[in-house]
Amino acid sequence: MNIHEYQAKAILREFGVPVPDGHVCYNGASAREWAKRLGEGPWVVKAQIHAGGRGKGGGVKLARSSSEVQLIARDMLGMTLRTHQTGPDGKLVTRVLVENGCNIANELYVSLVVDRGSSKVTVMASTEGGMDIEEVAAKTPHKIFTETIDPLVGLTAFQCRKIAFSLGLGGKLVGKAVAVLQGLYKTFIACDCSMLEINPLVVTAEDELLALDAKFGFDDNAVFRHPKLSDMRDYDEEDANEVEASQHDLSYISLSGNIGCLVNGAGLAMATMDIIKHYGGDPANFLDVGGGATIERVTEAFKLILSDRNVQGILVNIFGGIMKCDIIATGVVEAAKQVSLQVPLVVRLEGTNVARGKEILAESGLNIVAADGMADAAQKIVQAVKGANQ
Amino acid sequence: MSIMINKNTKVITQGITGATGLFHAQGAREYGTLMVGGVTPGKGGTTIDGFPVYDTVQDAVYQTGATASVIYVPPPFAADSIMEAVDAGIELVCCITEGIPVLDMVKVKQYMKGKKTRLVGPNCPGVITPGECKIGIMPGYIHKPGKVGVVSRSGTLTYEAVWQLTCLGLGQSSCVGIGGDPVNGTNHLDVLRLFEADPDTEAVIMIGEIGGTSEEEGAYFVKEHMTKPVAAYIAGVTAPPGKRMGHAGAIISGGKGTATEKVSVLRECGISVADSPAEMAQALLKIYKP
Repeated sequence: MNIHEYQAKAILREFGVPVPDGHVCYNGASAREWAKRLGEGPWVVKAQIHAGGRGKGGGVKLARSSSEVQLIARDMLGMTLRTHQTGPDGKLVTRVLVENGCNIANELYVSLVVDRGSSKVTVMASTEGGMDIEEVAAKTPHKIFTETIDPLVGLTAFQCRKIAFSLGLGGKLVGKAVAVLQGLYKTFIACDCSMLEINPLVVTAEDELLALDAKFGFDDNAVFRHPKLSDMRDYDEEDANEVEASQHDLSYISLSGNIGCLVNGAGLAMATMDIIKHYGGDPANFLDVGGGATIERVTEAFKLILSDRNVQGILVNIFGGIMKCDIIATGVVEAAKQVSLQVPLVVRLEGTNVARGKEILAESGLNIVAADGMADAAQKIVQAVKGANQ
Repeated sequence: MSIMINKNTKVITQGITGATGLFHAQGAREYGTLMVGGVTPGKGGTTIDGFPVYDTVQDAVYQTGATASVIYVPPPFAADSIMEAVDAGIELVCCITEGIPVLDMVKVKQYMKGKKTRLVGPNCPGVITPGECKIGIMPGYIHKPGKVGVVSRSGTLTYEAVWQLTCLGLGQSSCVGIGGDPVNGTNHLDVLRLFEADPDTEAVIMIGEIGGTSEEEGAYFVKEHMTKPVAAYIAGVTAPPGKRMGHAGAIISGGKGTATEKVSVLRECGISVADSPAEMAQALLKIYKP
């Protein structure tokens, strides 16, 4: 789950991490009002969408007067912002963050992630604030400093000082950096983050540290213990089908191809997409129906796949271990009838009661092509879709 | 002819009075596994379908002599269950539970340092030594006793590989599902090391997917230390970056952990990588003569 920048900053403020004063606004007039309340200016108006690269796309602008704030906010609201992370369709801007500008002396980078190698939380810091960290890692890896955190003692002061000195900070800024880093770690743990990135963390001309931007990634597995965070979820920022899928406990990711996939198990679902590609087709989605492929779930899955207008054929690939194939076959037939399926459907079943399962498919009177094995299934659906397009 | 478990392994089920726990405990017992009881706090002293139930893992171990446990406890409580099993001196813990918060697992891993317990999972199908012992949710009948070891992050994809082997008449020594979470107990490398040391494993199929570097670490071990042929398949060539593909750990982040990158490392290390998931067993037969 992701959240907006203004929400991220509110969380950071709560944990004592310094951020610029600001407020979220939904129209130009309120943006002007809030600018006046916040201070003397200048102000920064920032489009709130779940994607990076906003500055280059015209989503971050400086205003010298409160009326300029109003004009900028009015232009930004309702615009479709395209950045390298939004995809070609871009994202509609429905809210802006108005905040006080600051005098930037230096820009730094700080992030925390769960490091898979060490199975611990790691702090990463760099002198190259404002830059894409992947780029820094590729071009100048010596400018990145890391500290691995012992979960039993947390991020220690000495580790924070090491980072601060590595970043070239001195004097009072060292103590301030310790406070900021420990505040970030506290936030990370308290919110069950999977990633927390401050880019840039700025040193101001007045020798203060400020988190100028903030990006959170939350652990989906831990959302259950953070009801307040779930309330921050902005469904408009997410793929409508993926939201719908999550409500039915289906794991679904939409892709750009035309062959819909319905599979049990995440690994097999990925492998099914791959084998479609291998035989010259293009998968329209990733979909894992999970262990209990009931009629209801299979029906929901079919509806979801078909709501994607690009879909011109469906491949069902089920390895029925605990689930019996005859039950799955019944589910597929029922679902196909309920959604009055119009596109070619290839079904590959393997596992318990597979013979009976295939009989059910054959007896259904529906235009279902049975396949033996994954390779056969992939070839058949690729061919069926190509045939329909000729 | 196996790693981790055999016909003498005594197993307890943590969360045995839940529907899932009981269902799979029964399935394992039918398969022939020595399922000696289970744990559900507050239900100690009772029995369920012939399984004695204990309040604590310590009590269950003391009463039954179990050396392995399998966990079906819901995600909010599963990390605690793993630590309870570790504390009770269980040698092998298979955690089937999917959806454990990653920071819980960070603590568990730290807690396990210096202890003798091996954790397999979480979010995994479990471990099976065909014909002898089945711990977990995999369908027993697709397996056949034999000489090929299988290690995988994915459940159904493991079944796919096993089924391909069985259909070609190739049996398995042991099959280990290490799970799809980013922080887990046992990785590819650990299992490859066990297969290399097992005199009755002749060859290995290793199945991986996008995200992390477990497959690469395994591959370097194969190159440096393994004498047995290894074939592999990596899922997720078509997976888009930044999206979690079902498994919490199956995500390409910061351009790292792509399938293409993994495949090339595996090939450089002398592993026979299948181009398609339908060819896992054939990929092995290219370098292994049973």
